[in-house]
Amino acid sequence: MAVAAPTINEAAPAGRKRIKITRTLVFSILFVAFGVWLILGAINTLTPETSTLLTFGAGTPDLPVPTQIITLISGIYYAAAGVICLIMAQQRLRTILLLIGGVLLIPVIIIIAAADASTNVTTLLSVSLRLSTPIVLGAMAGIWCERSGVSNIAIEGMMLTGACNGFVVFTILSPNLATGEAQLVGVIISILSGGLMSLLLAWLSITYKTNQIVAGTVINIMAVGITSFIRREVLFSSEAGRGTLAPWPIPVLSDMPVVGEIFFSGRPIFYMMFVLVIVTHVMLYFTRWGLRTRAVGENPRAADTLGVNVIRNRWINVFIGGMIAGLAGAWFSLETTGSFDDNMTSGRGFIALAAMIFGKWTPFGAFAGGILFGFSDAMGQRFQFLGVPIPPQFLQMVPYVITIIVLAGLVGRAQAPKADGVPYDKEGK
Amino acid sequence: MDERNVHRGDQGGSASGPGSPVGIPVLEVSGLTKRFPGVLANDHISLKLHKGEVLGLLGENGAGKSTLMNMIYGLYQPDEGEIRVNGKPVTIHGPNDAISRGIGMVHQHFQLVPVLSVTDNVMLGTESMRGRIFLNRGAARKRILDIAAQYGLEVDPDALVQDLPVGVQQRVEIIKALYRRADILILDEPTAVLTPQEAEGLFGIMRTLIDRGTSIIFISHKLKEVLEICDRVQVLRLGKVVGEADPKTSTEHSLAELMVGRDVVLQVEKSPAHPKDHVLDVNSLVVTDDRGLTAVKSLNLQVRAGEILGIAGVQGNGQTELVEAITGLRKPVSGKVLIDGKDVTGKPPRDITEAGTGHVPEDRQKNGMVMSFAVRDNMVLQTYYELPFSKSILRDEKAIDANAEHLVKQYDVRTPGIYTPIGKLSGGNQQKVIVAREFSRPLRLLIAAQPTRGLDVGSIEYIHKQIIAMRDQGAAVLLVSAELDEILSLSDTVAVMYAGNIIATLPIDKADRNTVGLLMAGVVPDHAREFATPMTKEVSHG
Ligand SMILES: Nc1ncnc2c1ncn2[C@@H]1O[C@H](COP(=O)(O)OP(=O)(O)OP(=O)(O)O)[C@@H](O)[C@H]1O
Ligand SMILES: [Mg+2]
Repeated sequence: MAVAAPTINEAAPAGRKRIKITRTLVFSILFVAFGVWLILGAINTLTPETSTLLTFGAGTPDLPVPTQIITLISGIYYAAAGVICLIMAQQRLRTILLLIGGVLLIPVIIIIAAADASTNVTTLLSVSLRLSTPIVLGAMAGIWCERSGVSNIAIEGMMLTGACNGFVVFTILSPNLATGEAQLVGVIISILSGGLMSLLLAWLSITYKTNQIVAGTVINIMAVGITSFIRREVLFSSEAGRGTLAPWPIPVLSDMPVVGEIFFSGRPIFYMMFVLVIVTHVMLYFTRWGLRTRAVGENPRAADTLGVNVIRNRWINVFIGGMIAGLAGAWFSLETTGSFDDNMTSGRGFIALAAMIFGKWTPFGAFAGGILFGFSDAMGQRFQFLGVPIPPQFLQMVPYVITIIVLAGLVGRAQAPKADGVPYDKEGK
Repeated sequence: MDERNVHRGDQGGSASGPGSPVGIPVLEVSGLTKRFPGVLANDHISLKLHKGEVLGLLGENGAGKSTLMNMIYGLYQPDEGEIRVNGKPVTIHGPNDAISRGIGMVHQHFQLVPVLSVTDNVMLGTESMRGRIFLNRGAARKRILDIAAQYGLEVDPDALVQDLPVGVQQRVEIIKALYRRADILILDEPTAVLTPQEAEGLFGIMRTLIDRGTSIIFISHKLKEVLEICDRVQVLRLGKVVGEADPKTSTEHSLAELMVGRDVVLQVEKSPAHPKDHVLDVNSLVVTDDRGLTAVKSLNLQVRAGEILGIAGVQGNGQTELVEAITGLRKPVSGKVLIDGKDVTGKPPRDITEAGTGHVPEDRQKNGMVMSFAVRDNMVLQTYYELPFSKSILRDEKAIDANAEHLVKQYDVRTPGIYTPIGKLSGGNQQKVIVAREFSRPLRLLIAAQPTRGLDVGSIEYIHKQIIAMRDQGAAVLLVSAELDEILSLSDTVAVMYAGNIIATLPIDKADRNTVGLLMAGVVPDHAREFATPMTKEVSHG
C-alpha cells in the first residue's frame, strides 16, 4: 500500500493546478455566503441607531461608528468580491480582493461584536501583541530548527521546561538576591533549560536518527511530567504570585498616543520578540551561517559536498532554537504570571508551529502568523466582557478562519524545507 | 587558497608536461577498497593521475567509478587502501579535507539546492564575506560573472536553480568547481546532460585548465568524448581495474569491448518500419514552462503505430514541456492530445498510463522513481493496484517479487537485491530499473526522453534493441534525445524542434547529420524546404 504515495507525487504538478480552480471556487462561494449573511444580519438584527464606540486610550478622540451601515457595506463588499472572483479570471484581481477581504474581517468583527457598547482598540491591539510573544518566539525556535532540517514538535515541551526551571531558580534565589537579579538568573536558566531539552532532541534525531516526531513527542511528555513533579516538590510550599519582570517603558516613545501603548510599554521578553524576529531574518538571509543552514535544510548532501558540516550545523541550530523556546517559556512564568502552574503553556508551542507554517518558514511571515493567533487570544478574552449575542466560540474561530483564507487563498501551498525531518546519512546515497 | 598554490609550487620544478606520465603523480590511490552491504564496490583499486593530464575512467554501470571518486573526495571513507596527494599519504575525512587539498569534483547527480540562487549555490561553503558574519553577494556575483565570461559559461547569477533547465544546471556545477580553483578536478559524467555543442565547450574549458596545470579525471560513457579529450584511459569492471588504453591507438569499439568484456554492437540493426494507424495526435498544443513563458507554441505532431519518431533539438527548445504535457505532468494552455483517438488533454498521469502509455522521464530521480523505495516497489509504481500485483486491497508480495526478479535478470540491473532502495544503485542502474518497468507493460505509446542517459555502451545496445522491439510489436514510439547519434540510428522519422515548435519533419533517409544540425540551429536549408512545417515555410519566405 505504501506504494500509493509516489503516483500521487508524480501527479502533483497537474494535481495542483486542478486544486487551484476549486480553491477559487470555494472561496468565492464562501465570500458570497458570508456577504449575504452580513447583509441579512445587518437588516434583521441591527437598527440604524445602533452604534459602536471605538476608543483609543487617553489623549485620543473616541470614534463612534454606525454599526448597521458598516456591516451592510462590508456585506456588500464580500458578496461583490465573491461574485467578481467567480466570473473574472484575473489572478491578480482575485488576490487583491481576497487580501482586502481578509484584512477587513478583523475590524468588521470588532465593530459587530461591540455593537451598542464601546471598545478600546488600542488596548485590544496591545494585548494581542503581548499575547503573541510566546507564539512568535516559539515560531522563531521552530524556524532555527526546521530550516536546518530538524523538525521540532517539542517546542511546547521546551517552553514548559523553561517556564518551570526559570521560575524555580528564581524562587530559590529570591530570598538572597535582589528581585531583578534573581529574575535575570531565572530567565537565563529558562533559556538554558530550553537549550538542554533541545540537545536531547538533537542527540536523538540527528546523531541517532530516531524518528523526529517520536523524539519530539517523548520530550513533550517528559516535560509535562518533570515540570509538574518539580512544582510539587519545590514550589508547593513557597508563596505564589511573586513579582513579574518589571515593565520597560521606552522613554519618549512610550508617551506617544496609541503607538506608545502598543509597542513601547512592554516588558523585556516582549521586546526580545522583535529583536529575535529581526536577528533570525538577518541570520537566515544575510549571513554565512544562514546560507549554510538553508542549504543543509534543503539538500544536506549538496552542502556536505561543499564542505559544510551538516551534523554540526544541525546540532547548533537545534540548540539555539531550544534556547529561544526556553525564553518563550520564561514569558509565561517570569514575565506574565509570576507563578508556575502545571502545563501552563497550554498548547502555545503547537500554535507556534502553526504560525511558523503560516509564515512559510520565514521569520516575518511567522511573526505575522503569531500576531494573528495572539489577536485571536485577545479577542476571545474581549468577547467575554462584551457579552456578544453570537456564541463566543464562533467569534473565536474568526482568526482561524482568516488563517485558512490567507493560507489557502493567498499564500498557497506551504513548502517546508525539503530535508525537514529527514536524518542525514553520510554514506547513504 | 594560498595553501594550494604552495602545493602547486612543490610541483612546479618537476619535469612533467601535459600527458607525460613522469614525476610524482599529483594523485595516487593504491589498494582502495569499499564495501557496501551486499556489494564490493571497489576492490583494491590503484590509479595514478599526473600533473596536467586528463585521465579517462571507463566502466559499466555499477563498476564503481563514482564510489572511487567519492572516496577521493571524502564523501565515503575507504575500508582499505591509501590515497596520496603530491606523494604524501593523506586521510580525507570529508569534502573539506579534499577541498583544502585542492581537489574539486563535479558530481554525477546534481548537488544543487534548488530554492537558492545560482550565486548562493556557487559560493556555499566558500562564501565571500563582508566582515566575519555577513555574506558579500556582490563580490561572489562578480566572480561568477567573471568565470562565466572567461569560460563562456553563460548563466544568470540571480536565477533560482530550480528554474533552470538541466543543461544550465550542469553549467552551474562546473562553475562551482571552477570557483574553487581545484588542482585536481574530478568530473563524474559531466556531459551526460549536455548537448554536443555544450560538451565541446566543456572540453575547451578542460584544455584551458590543463594548460594552467590542473589535472583532471574524466568519467563518461560517451566513448567518442573519451577518445577526444583523454590522455590516458583506465577501465573498471566489477570494482576492479581491468585494463588501461591509449586513446591515440584505440577505437570506440576497442574501448567498448574492454569495458563490457565482450563484443558490442554500437549501431543497432533495424528493419524498415511498417507504420499503421495514428496512435498519438498532438494538435496545436501550447504549453508554458515553470516561469509562465510559452515553451511549446501551437505544435502539431503525429506518431503512428509501428514507427519511431525521433525529436531532435538543442535542449531547452520546449522538448521537456512537450513531453510533460503529453504525459499529464503539465497542463497545457490550449490544444489537444489524443491517444488512439481518445482525448487525454490535461488528464492525470494515471489515465494516460492506463491508456497504454509508457514514459521514460528525462529527470529520472525527480519523475521516474521513489529514491527510498526498494527496487521491487519501484518496478510496479504504475501497476501496483492492478492484477497480478494486488488482489482486492492487499498487495501480492510474491507477484511483486517475481516481477522484480525477472526484470532485474532480463535487464541486467546490477543491484545487491530487489529489496535494496533504488537510491543506492549506481546512476545507470537506476535508469535500467525505470526502463525495465516501462517496457514490461503492454504499450500503445512509448515516450522515451533521453532513455539512455548515463548508460554504458552495453546497456545502450540492449535498450536500443528493446525500443526497436517495442516498435515491431506495434507500439508508437516518441523518442526525445539530445544525442543526435541516438536519434539518427533509431528513428524512422526525425522531427526537429526549435524555439517551441517543430520546424521540419524528415524521413530518416533524408536526415543526415548536417541537415539536422542546421535545422536544430533554426536554419532551414534549401534541400530540406519540402519537409519544413508549413508555418515555418511562410516565415522563411516572408
Ligand atoms: N551508498 C551506497 N550504498 C550501497 N551501495 C552503493 C552505494 N553507492 C554505490 N553502491 C553500489 O556500489 C556499486 C558501484 O556504484 P557506483 O555508483 O560507483 O557505480 P558507477 O561506476 O559510478 O556506475 P554508473 O556509471 O552507473 O554511474 C553499485 O553496485 C552500487 O549499487
Ligand atoms: Mg557513477
